[in-house]
Amino acid sequence: MKFLVVDDEKDVEILFRQKLRKEISSGEIEIEFAFSANEALELLRSRKPPDVMYIFSDINMPGMTGLDLLDKVKVEFPEIKVSMISAYGDGENYDRAMSSGAKGFFTKPIDFDTLKEEIQGFLNK
Amino acid sequence: MNEAAFAEYTKNLVQQGAVGSDEKYVTENRPTDLYLHFLPFLQGMLYVGNDAPLKEQELQLVQNLAEAFSTAYARYEDFTKLEAAKSAVEAAMDELRATQSQLVQQEKLASLGQLTAGIAHEIKNPLNFVNNFSEVSIEMIEEVLEEREKTRLSDRLGRESTDGTLVDDILKDIKVNLQKIHKHGTRANGIVTSMLLHARGGSGKKEPTDLNALVREYVNLCFHGMRAGKNPIHVEIVLDLDTEMGLTPLVKEDFTRVIINLCTNAFDAMRSKSISDQSGNYVPRLRITTKKEAQTMTMVVEDNGPGIPDEIKDKIMQPFFTTKKGTEGTGLGLSISHDIVKAHGGSLNVEIKESEGSAFVIQLPIV
Ligand SMILES: Nc1ncnc2c1ncn2[C@@H]1O[C@H](COP(=O)(O)OP(=O)(O)O)[C@@H](O)[C@H]1O
Ligand SMILES: [Mg+2]
Ligand SMILES: [Mg+2]
Repeated sequence: MKFLVVDDEKDVEILFRQKLRKEISSGEIEIEFAFSANEALELLRSRKPPDVMYIFSDINMPGMTGLDLLDKVKVEFPEIKVSMISAYGDGENYDRAMSSGAKGFFTKPIDFDTLKEEIQGFLNK
Repeated sequence: MNEAAFAEYTKNLVQQGAVGSDEKYVTENRPTDLYLHFLPFLQGMLYVGNDAPLKEQELQLVQNLAEAFSTAYARYEDFTKLEAAKSAVEAAMDELRATQSQLVQQEKLASLGQLTAGIAHEIKNPLNFVNNFSEVSIEMIEEVLEEREKTRLSDRLGRESTDGTLVDDILKDIKVNLQKIHKHGTRANGIVTSMLLHARGGSGKKEPTDLNALVREYVNLCFHGMRAGKNPIHVEIVLDLDTEMGLTPLVKEDFTRVIINLCTNAFDAMRSKSISDQSGNYVPRLRITTKKEAQTMTMVVEDNGPGIPDEIKDKIMQPFFTTKKGTEGTGLGLSISHDIVKAHGGSLNVEIKESEGSAFVIQLPIV
């Protein structure tokens, strides 16, 4: 099962690979990374057939924001699930994400226990 | 005044030491009827009593005396008036100074407020790494301990022991994690330090400063402040920074306020344009350019907002001039920025743009 993590902070890759190392090494999940919304869209468009099932995206990134990415993904790849991960905990961003069809909303610092539950819940479906 | 009263009065004067003795004033044949002469002047009146009417010449003399007295008196009055005026002006100045520093303080707080939202966001990112890299390192150390236990167990059972590369790999990962924790801890510290510097004010001294780094840091904080605030807009930020910039002498905590003010104004302007935009393809863009020349450095903060109408172009730097509604504007941002740049021996100007938007140009001497 392939996940895509989108964040402009490069260290996110090392963090996710370590935090989810068991799930990755057991082959349960695969994670790819994109460091901007545009990079994420390019990656998604280049996969035929699409292989990413679930996207975790940061909101605040230079260039296109995570919320804009959410809108685009919902139009172009409606079958892919998207959850937001943001340092903004405010209601406005949350409401905007949820009304645009986000599956979940996680705040930074990320609580990986909750994130793993979300992943497990998705895998068990 | 009768005789007895007069005698009493002169005695009194002698007692007070006002006159030497009363003999001079008490003569044998005192006149009982006096011819009085009144010579009024601006502030009062001189009157002379004599046993005979004063002659023309004498009168002229007394008239001169009255005039001289009037002049002296006027001088004295002018002087006290001047004194009073001076202290009134001084009091007004003191009050003005107090009000001014209060306003400057308020503006400072306002721009700090804009920053705090940005700072909260910026701190949660490094904090995310500090928390999670330390948590994962603890998990990894537990794994190392488990591996060690396994090795010990198989040693005891005489079985072939694991080759230890797994433990080595985990230790390498832990080392990387600790480096990340340190990096992001330092990053968070830098953010808090610059916030405090901004709030408290620093030494007030010019220090050689990496202006490009300052621009990067504060434009970013400002952007996140705007994004976390009311009515966030999507902005493309272009930093075109001269790589040969070197160091510029700056009072950091002051100059950062100039960057914040100019960026906030640009965001406000572009927000108003994006609200009124009908075409639907308006992309707000903030461009900041730095350029080093022989004696000066130039920094340009440019937006593609609605621009500034000709009628108000020469008013915008004035204190309290604002076109923003209610509490949205103080009208102090540009005026304070202008003063700060001037205090650095530089200039802040608005550039008339051919196309659209506004450009604020700062020029500072390098040496
Ligand atoms: N980038 C800009 N684009 C358009 N107008 C601007 C810009 N910057 C400043 N102004 C105008 O100058 C006025 C004064 O700005 P300022 O002194 O910062 O006060 P304030 O932002 O509180 O109104 C603003 O109200 C606005 O009309
Ligand atoms: Mg980000
Ligand atoms: Mg302003």
